[in-house]
Amino acid sequence: MHNYTIAELIKGLQNKEFSSVELTQHFLDRISQLNDNYNAVITITGEQALTAAALADKRLASGDAPAMCGVPILHKDIFCTDGVRTSCGSKMLDNFVPPYNATVVENFARDGAVMLGKTNMDEFAMGSSNETSFYGPVKNPWATDSVPGGSSGGSAAAIAARLAPGATATDTGGSIRQPAALCGISGLKPTYGRVSRWGMIAFASSLDQAGPMARTAEDCAIMLNCMASFDEKDSTSVEQSVPDYTASLGNSVKGLKIGIPKEYFSEGLHPGTELAVREALAELEAQGAELVDISLPSSDLSVPAYYVIAPAEASANLSRFDGVKYGYRCENPKDLQDMYCRSRSEGFGEEVQRRILIGTYCLSAGYYDAYYGKAQQVRQLIQQDFSEAFKSVDLIMGPTCPSPAFKFGAKGDDPVAMYLEDIYTIATNLAGLPGMSVPCGMVEEKPVGLQIIGNYFDEARMLNVAHQFQQITDWHHQAPEAV
Amino acid sequence: MTIEREEIKKLATLSRLAIDEKTIADVTGRLSSVLALVDQLQNADTESLQEISRPFHTSQRLRNDEVKETDQRDAFQAIAPQTHNGLFSVPKMIE
Repeated sequence: MHNYTIAELIKGLQNKEFSSVELTQHFLDRISQLNDNYNAVITITGEQALTAAALADKRLASGDAPAMCGVPILHKDIFCTDGVRTSCGSKMLDNFVPPYNATVVENFARDGAVMLGKTNMDEFAMGSSNETSFYGPVKNPWATDSVPGGSSGGSAAAIAARLAPGATATDTGGSIRQPAALCGISGLKPTYGRVSRWGMIAFASSLDQAGPMARTAEDCAIMLNCMASFDEKDSTSVEQSVPDYTASLGNSVKGLKIGIPKEYFSEGLHPGTELAVREALAELEAQGAELVDISLPSSDLSVPAYYVIAPAEASANLSRFDGVKYGYRCENPKDLQDMYCRSRSEGFGEEVQRRILIGTYCLSAGYYDAYYGKAQQVRQLIQQDFSEAFKSVDLIMGPTCPSPAFKFGAKGDDPVAMYLEDIYTIATNLAGLPGMSVPCGMVEEKPVGLQIIGNYFDEARMLNVAHQFQQITDWHHQAPEAV
Repeated sequence: MTIEREEIKKLATLSRLAIDEKTIADVTGRLSSVLALVDQLQNADTESLQEISRPFHTSQRLRNDEVKETDQRDAFQAIAPQTHNGLFSVPKMIE
C-alpha cells in the first residue's frame, strides 16, 4: 500500500480495497520500523490517527466522504496542531503544545485526511540541509550519508522513504522545492497568499508560503485543492476563488512556451544536473512545447537581497520568544533581562541566533537604508525581471538546485556556501511567484529536480505540465533501494 | 563591510541574546562573511525604484469590530512557564 500514490489510495479507499484504519496502521508500522534510519518524523500521533481513520471509514461507508477522506499524511512541525507538540525543530518550542490548529491543519481535517505525526525540519525553517534541527539531522533515504535538503527535509525524506504518501511543507527561500529535488519527490510552493499562514510559525512573513509535497504532481494537485483557501485570520491571504487543480492535469503541453533563463545554467551548476534538466526540457519540447531563451538579469542579486530581508523579518518575528508566555524559559533567572537573554540564547540554536543578529544589524539605525531599504528596492528589480519574462513565455524552467544532495558537514562552517544552495529558488519567494520541483533524473545515484516557475496564481498550469511530464517519464516512481 | 566585536556585543544586547566572550570571535567572522555577501546589493542600480515590502500590491484588509473569539485564558496559561492568579509571572523587574 505504501507504494500507492494519493490518487490511488483515494480510489482504493472508495472501492473498499482497504480501510483507512488498515492503511493508517500500515504507515504507522512503517514509521516505527524505518524512521530510526532517517529521523524524518519527530512526533508520532498513532492513537489519534487510528481514531481519525475509524471516523474516516464511517464517512466512507456512509457515502459522504470528502476529497481526502482516510488518506494518511504528515504535517511539518511548523504547523500548530491542537494538543500535539509543535516544536518548529527548536529547543525553544520543545515543550510547546498549542491549544489550536493552523488553518492548513484544519483544512486537511475538514477533508478527512488522517494525521500520522509531525516531521523534522531545520530549526525555525532556517537551513537548507536539516542539520540545524534540535532533534538531529534528517538523513536522505537515497544516501543516508547525505542531507535531504531543508528546511522541509523531514517531510521530503518521509515521502521518499514511503513513510507517508504526502506531507505539508513550507517554503521561504526554497524549503519545499530544494528538499523535494534532493529526495526525488514533487513539491509545490504556491503563490504568496494562496495558502493561509495562520497557525504556521512565522520565519519571514513576506516570503513564507505553505504547500504540498507528494510523489506526483497529481497528488500535489489533490493536496493543494485542500490547502488553498481564503482565510480572514491571515491578513495576507488572497480573496480569490480556488480552482480544481486536478481538472486541467490532462491538458496537452502543445504550444506551451517555456522560458529557459540563461542565468540558471551558469557557473556553479553541476554538469550532471544540467544534463538531466536539459533532457527533461527536450522531452517537453518533443511533446510540442516551445523552448524560449530568456534572461533574468537581476538573478545574482536574489541571494544577497534575501539574506537581508529574511533575517530582518525573522529578527522581528522571533522577538516573541522571550520565555514569558510559552516555550523555553531558562533556569533561575536573576532578573527580567537575564531571563530574556538566557532563555533566547539557550533556546535558539546557532544559525537562528546568527540570523537574528544579521536581521537586527540590517534594521538598526544607520544601516536600515543601506541594507533593508536597498534590498526592498532590489526585490522590485527581481519582480520586474519576471514580469518582463512572462510577457513572452507561459512558464519558466531550470534546475531546482545547483547539485545533488551533498554529504553532512560538506558546507562546513561557511554559512554563505549553504545559502548559495538556494540560488535558483529564492527569487520566486522575493517576487511572490509560485514554484515547483519535480524529479527529472539521477546524478551519482541521487535525484535531480526540475524547477517550474509560474506566473501569479498559475498553479493549475504548472501542475498540468508537471503531470504531463510524469506521464512520459518515470523518475517520480523510482524509490531508494532500501525502501 | 566587516563587523567589529563591540558591534556584535551591542547587537546581542539589542537582540536580547547572551553571547559569551568565547563565541564572539567566531560569530564576528561568520557575520562578516554574510555581510560581504549582502554587500553585493550596493552595486545594484535602484535609483528610480520604490521599496516593496510585499510580493505584490495588496491593501490591508479591514474587518468589522466584532467579538468572535471566546476567552481562552486558561488554555493559554496552561502552556506558560509560570503563572500566578491568572497572570503571567516573570522575575522581579524593579528593585
